[in-house]
Amino acid sequence: MTSIAAVVERAPVSPGADPRARENVLLLLLITPAIVVFSAFWLLPIARLVALGASGEAGIETYLSVLTNGRYASSLLQTLALSGLVTLTTLAIAVISGLFLVRQDFFGRSALVAVMTLPLAFPGVVIGLMVIMLGGRQGIVGDVSVALFGVKTVFAYNMVGLFVGYVYFSIPRVILTVMAAAEKLDIQLEEAARSLGATPPMVFRDVILPGLQPALISSGAICFATSMGAFGTAFTLNAGASVLPMLIYTEFTLNANIAVAAALSVVLGLITWAVLALARSFAGSGVSAAG
Amino acid sequence: MRHGIGFWLQLGFTLLVSAFLMVPIGMSILAGFTENYFRGPSSGLTTRWIVEVWERYGDNIFLSLGIAASCLVVTILIGVPAAYVLAKRQSRLSRMFEELIILPVAIPGLATALALVMLYGTFGGFRSSWTFVLVGHVLYTLPFMVRSVLAVLSSIDLRTLEEGAASLGAGFWTRFWTIVLPNAGSGILAGSLMVTTLSIGEFNLTLLLTTPFTQTIPVGLAVAYTNARLELGSAYTVLFFAMIIPLLVAMQIWGNPSRTSTKRKRRALEKVVSP
Repeated sequence: MTSIAAVVERAPVSPGADPRARENVLLLLLITPAIVVFSAFWLLPIARLVALGASGEAGIETYLSVLTNGRYASSLLQTLALSGLVTLTTLAIAVISGLFLVRQDFFGRSALVAVMTLPLAFPGVVIGLMVIMLGGRQGIVGDVSVALFGVKTVFAYNMVGLFVGYVYFSIPRVILTVMAAAEKLDIQLEEAARSLGATPPMVFRDVILPGLQPALISSGAICFATSMGAFGTAFTLNAGASVLPMLIYTEFTLNANIAVAAALSVVLGLITWAVLALARSFAGSGVSAAG
Repeated sequence: MRHGIGFWLQLGFTLLVSAFLMVPIGMSILAGFTENYFRGPSSGLTTRWIVEVWERYGDNIFLSLGIAASCLVVTILIGVPAAYVLAKRQSRLSRMFEELIILPVAIPGLATALALVMLYGTFGGFRSSWTFVLVGHVLYTLPFMVRSVLAVLSSIDLRTLEEGAASLGAGFWTRFWTIVLPNAGSGILAGSLMVTTLSIGEFNLTLLLTTPFTQTIPVGLAVAYTNARLELGSAYTVLFFAMIIPLLVAMQIWGNPSRTSTKRKRRALEKVVSP
């Protein structure tokens, strides 16, 4: 196999003489537009962003302020904790319902699968409205709690609202991956375990969960990374500076604190990238195209 | 059929989760058609909110459709040839390129948007035009087009087909037009559905790239949710659902380009939007 480097080296020699060399030139021509667009509009801007992060009064220490400045650090910690909790909750839901939908055949099963994956491409802002419908001032949870306890429960505009929203948009993606993995589980292993006297919880813990593990790691990493960077839901719910993306947005638009905004985005990007790369090295190539 | 208690518990749980996902969708649709949501549906049903959304935000809708269409054209023009090259030459460099173009999806859109604004924000004419938003959307959707085309091209025996054609005298471009493109068809279709759906719904990247005069639907939705009454925001959401749900259904039908590469096609489906 010829690498692109070899293509470049060989290209000027004598295009047209060797058909393979000619083809390499043409192939290089075909991929050039994509390379140019990506370099001009992503690589260059990101390089500038990294430099800008160190351009403020504090210089390179701006990057450290993410940890040393109380407000930034607490926002980072809250975002990490929220994303972790969302990931664990979503994985639990996806395992219970995903296994059920794969293993059982009953009337309405495919309708349930469709329902569970419908919100797949809803943007974060729309998820924000869903949370308002559930836990806003005119939300259904508030109505029910008034009827039952005489107290109106409103949770849409605090961390609980963010948690509910993030779980909402995570369920469809994670459940798709878990169901795909559950379909490939070898039922005979479970039968063997049972015939050797394993109880259902033991089968679940020692056979099913290990079988699902790669899918759980990869979809969990995607869920975590998505939650770390989620912006639309927090924006709609007006979540202040509670989560990192909102903090970045506020620093940039309201405080015009460009160096800090740049440094925080670079740190946030590095965290999500690292989580996905780590998960991939544990679970194989399935995590490569994370969203 | 007899079922144990475990079945009913799991069914109950799954139904609860479905309700959690569906009830707010139903409520927002209802709110979009309700005269006064605070007083409930008894205040009467109306389509006046939908009409008002059309008058107030119609521009956003056309702009979003225009951007999605342009984004589709650009990703096909630059993504399909790129995918062909990646399918033909599997080297370390081409794998690196494949990994690199995913980064705008892997890292938060806000970071990419901020980087674009910092570098190109001073180019006034570019910054204030809709093409600035388009650039962000192309970066975000390109990997999906490349991947679904690449999945199809890797699942067929491209080498044999091309060698056969070449032995009959077909040159490079003849093979590209008559063999590669027709065979990539299902991948281009799947990628196109993905690109369109993602472009119409993109917010994370888009917000910082827009100006008050280049607002797309999701940005308009966010504005409506925060500034307008709930009924109006809901009516706008109803219009958005009417556009996005047919695309989602089409994606479930045609979104799996090839049976042989289940892994890639699943990957493509899993990775929708970072909300």
